[in-house]
Amino acid sequence: MPNSPERSGRPARVTLGGDGPLLVEGPVEVVGDDGTLYTSRRFTAAICTCRKTRTHPWCDTSHRRRVKPEPHPDDATDRTDGTDRTDGTDRTDGAA
Amino acid sequence: MPAYREPRRRSPALPAPRGPLSGEVIAALRTGEAPRAHAAGDADPFGDDLQLALYVLYELHYQGFEDVDEEHEWDPALLGLRRSLEQPFLAALREGTGTDGDVEAALAGLLVEPVGDDGHSVSHFLRHDGELWHLREYAALRSLYHLKEADPHAWVIPRLYGRAKAAMVAVEFDEFGAGREADIHARLYADLMGDLSLETAYGHYLDAAPADVLATVNLMSLFGLHRSLRGALVGHFAAVEVTSSPGSRRLAAALKRVGAGPAAQRFYDEHVEADAVHEQVVRRDVIGGLLADEPHLEPDIAFGIEATGLLEDRLATRLLAAWRSNSTALRGPLD
Ligand code: FES
Ligand SMILES: [Fe+2]
Ligand SMILES: [Fe+2]
Repeated sequence: MPNSPERSGRPARVTLGGDGPLLVEGPVEVVGDDGTLYTSRRFTAAICTCRKTRTHPWCDTSHRRRVKPEPHPDDATDRTDGTDRTDGTDRTDGAA
Repeated sequence: MPAYREPRRRSPALPAPRGPLSGEVIAALRTGEAPRAHAAGDADPFGDDLQLALYVLYELHYQGFEDVDEEHEWDPALLGLRRSLEQPFLAALREGTGTDGDVEAALAGLLVEPVGDDGHSVSHFLRHDGELWHLREYAALRSLYHLKEADPHAWVIPRLYGRAKAAMVAVEFDEFGAGREADIHARLYADLMGDLSLETAYGHYLDAAPADVLATVNLMSLFGLHRSLRGALVGHFAAVEVTSSPGSRRLAAALKRVGAGPAAQRFYDEHVEADAVHEQVVRRDVIGGLLADEPHLEPDIAFGIEATGLLEDRLATRLLAAWRSNSTALRGPLD
């Protein structure tokens, strides 16, 4: 697992994901079309398959479906108790 | 770059009380005498007094306070009081969240990106209109969590096993620098604060943080410390990992626009890439593994996701209201 030396001898696992990235056990090197070498030392790397990423070759979640934001419930009303939220988009601004 | 100064080398001073409950807790810690309050009474579960009381009690499990006996962490009277504060908080969270308990539905709304700014997102605001002072306030407020980033989630590890555990530990390993001290995300955050000329000492901005900030951190401590809420903790973690990558991209752009230094941008650049991976691993193997092992936890996982949205919404409302009227979102001036 995470960057462990024991990986040598064991095949690297690649996981195919629906519309998202290819997950590859790290550390991994990716060779670009033009020969550029990209290295990820992360325990797993997410390789972009949608070609929309801005952190090539790594997925940056740009593959996500884009939707028009619904009008927010508190545009009209005072929503001080925060209880009547009905939209679902982008409600969290924190990093993890 | 100046030498790195560890924010947690020292514990912070106790904060100023914000009402009778926090007053009791802080006095008990200062004097060593048992608190007299045993119930939350009619305190607002999301209000300053209850949230600060809870925050201070939880903090005994992380970094403690200067001149406060570390044994207070397991003081039965304080634990009893903590429980009486957690109950109304938890009840208010349950009341404010949906009840259908479907994890996929709870995540679905987070897995799409709005085309534009719906006017309710802090990262969109900062991306387009953020000035240096907004970003400094934001970084100071978020420091309550990020200087102990991923710590509350480590508590769930002994409650997991098998696939969920292996995956959770792998993500946490990344959060804790993958074996390299200089890459611990909490440290990257301290470096960011340094770039913004903020004080990096742990707990320094506690007095400045309004209840809506404290509640977002108390949520993680509540979920982390209760085995019975392990599903909610995992849901919370998933919600933040899923939404972090695009939000981090906007914050990195905002910091660049106001001319913050390279360390400030690095924290969010790292999160764009790391959390695109973390999201996949958390959804597939942490949630997937936990649901396979303990399917009855599904409503709890959904609750964790929704409670996170609820509190982040409240915080965003507060921050944007202050900033749009050109006033500080803090309880006091930054400097
Ligand atoms: S697959 Fe995620 S950005 Fe392309
Ligand atoms: Fe993460
Ligand atoms: Fe992180």
